[in-house]
Amino acid sequence: MNDPEVTMRPVSRLGAHGPMEHRFGEYGGQYVPETLMPALAELESAWVAARDDTGFQAELHTLLCDYAGRPTSLYLAERLSEHLGYPVYLKREDLLHTGAHKINNALGQALLAKRIGKSRIIAETGAGQHGVATATACARLNLRCEVFMGEEDMRRQAPNVARMRLLGAEVIPVTAGSRTLKEAVSAAIRNWVETVEDTHYIIGSAVGPAPFPAMVRDLQRVIGDEARNQICDVTGRLPKRVIACVGAGSNAIGTFKAFEPDENVELIGVEAGGHGVDSGAHGATLTAGSSGILHGSRSSVLQNEDGQILEAHSISAGLDYPGVGPEHSYLRDIGRVSYFSATDTEALDALQLLCKLEGIIPALESSHALAWLLANPGGDMDLLTLSGRGDKDLAEVLRLTGDDDSPGEVG
Amino acid sequence: MPPVETSTGIERIAAAFTGHGRRAALMPYLMGGFPTIDDSVRIAQAYIDGGADLIEFGLPFSDPLADGPVIHGAAVEALANGTVIEKLLDNVGPIAQQVPTLLMTYFNLIEIRGVERFLGRAADLGVSGLIVPDIPLEESAVLLGPCDDHGIALIPLVAPTTPDERMARICAQARGFIYTVSVTGTTGERTATADGLAELVGRVRKHTELPVAVGFGISDSGQASRVADVADGAIVGTRLVREAGEAQQGGGDPAPAVEAVVREFSAALA
Repeated sequence: MNDPEVTMRPVSRLGAHGPMEHRFGEYGGQYVPETLMPALAELESAWVAARDDTGFQAELHTLLCDYAGRPTSLYLAERLSEHLGYPVYLKREDLLHTGAHKINNALGQALLAKRIGKSRIIAETGAGQHGVATATACARLNLRCEVFMGEEDMRRQAPNVARMRLLGAEVIPVTAGSRTLKEAVSAAIRNWVETVEDTHYIIGSAVGPAPFPAMVRDLQRVIGDEARNQICDVTGRLPKRVIACVGAGSNAIGTFKAFEPDENVELIGVEAGGHGVDSGAHGATLTAGSSGILHGSRSSVLQNEDGQILEAHSISAGLDYPGVGPEHSYLRDIGRVSYFSATDTEALDALQLLCKLEGIIPALESSHALAWLLANPGGDMDLLTLSGRGDKDLAEVLRLTGDDDSPGEVG
Repeated sequence: MPPVETSTGIERIAAAFTGHGRRAALMPYLMGGFPTIDDSVRIAQAYIDGGADLIEFGLPFSDPLADGPVIHGAAVEALANGTVIEKLLDNVGPIAQQVPTLLMTYFNLIEIRGVERFLGRAADLGVSGLIVPDIPLEESAVLLGPCDDHGIALIPLVAPTTPDERMARICAQARGFIYTVSVTGTTGERTATADGLAELVGRVRKHTELPVAVGFGISDSGQASRVADVADGAIVGTRLVREAGEAQQGGGDPAPAVEAVVREFSAALA
């Protein structure tokens, strides 16, 4: 192990990070109403102080380890590897408390909110995973919690709605537009404009106005930092490719960040191809979108030629979003990360295959990354972030695969 | 007022704030394309006939973060009715010739056309000012210089949450007037004028000689009158958009309905 490339690095200490980027190349920024600007400035200075504070770091570390279940395992998926003919490792974020990587961010931001004296938390949610994670963090830290969720997503993710309510959160249905994640984010931002004095908005991904994209990335980069050490430790080398699904992109940016300096590691993000990118019904923002401004930052967005934001489509509520984190747009432009898409059908097939080969039910979101890998086997060694588990998707999966024999449901 | 050809938008706005002959200027807002493009043009004319000193002409955007449900809903309906921005802009010229007209929209609609091209077109139409609620001070450089070059006033917004030090920096680069958001919130009708309005307007005045106009939440003539006690202009949006929508839904003509309301507001400012 003399290759400097495989030197293990310490798992990120929050304070070790550089400045909070407001821009990633031409992307990012703060395109929000004036009412929010002082709160964003306050948030940024509070975050910069907190991440350098050893007490805050220790408290978050304890919560992430003892409460949420970090570090998550890096698992050599043996039968999947056999199926593909080369080793594939899964970073098991699906094993975390609440079932997805979202808890990393929710705990960090909830702890920060407490530190700056905000007593009320709002969040948006698509698949419900971020809503559940936020409701959980708020219960644990004794904060009031309201979650905005599109009506269509409430239908698709009914078990998560029940979980949030059980955890003491109020779930507020959003009835505007497509009644999915885009409208839920807008509703949360508007509510924050009204309530900013006593409320913190825990945004669920590395999107929104600065400092959110950099802050959420810093809270999620524990995924890649751990995974890089684990794979070096187990195999003595780095993977050829690192693959993650990209909706708004927080599990992907959290995974990629640790490997970004490793020039020989290919980084691959997989978006929602929906019914196919040519169909117009998809969530493939980076592969089929153009530069625009949505929810407070400039990034790649799905929009028409008039500048109106389009509605996304995906089988997976968590990828059903016409925007993406600004750092992904930058990483695409400089060629450091390659982005592809997988369709609804491909993701559904991949989900079923992993169930049968590994006894793991992956989230529909993560199944997109798997689907791309299955269609594009590399032959060397791959690491794929399994961002969440699929229990929440069972009703939708059974409905679509026609295996649902419950009364009143037609597949 | 000097003829349009020889005065800039900034000059026309200044004249509108001094020449109204009342306690405060009246600036009603409309959503372009709502209920239809033709209706919205007639609504603008009704505003002028009812006594508007300036007009805030909204260009509908799919995801308006500063707007409450009524104006958001009007934008959604305008877009659903097939409103496209270029076609809407074709109708702004005749209005802008009569009273100083300010375009209100979100930055994505400007950027996708190119700042220079958008402002050139606006200047050709005789537009006097631009209000972009998702362009705070930190993002304003991309618009301020080009707006100055075209004689279009880039109107800044200040909010109750804006600290004094920041307010000073915002006012230092303000053009036209200061759009003072009277409530911590999005656009929408409020039952009472926000407490501390006089104090807020007083804070703004410490940093500027420009007129101070108050908007967000003015829903009746009584509130408008109280705004006129302390500010130089009253901006009325949601109330009028709601009236237009209700008139149309009831099978009536929105233009006379809103004209009657504008007359009430106008009288309250006398």
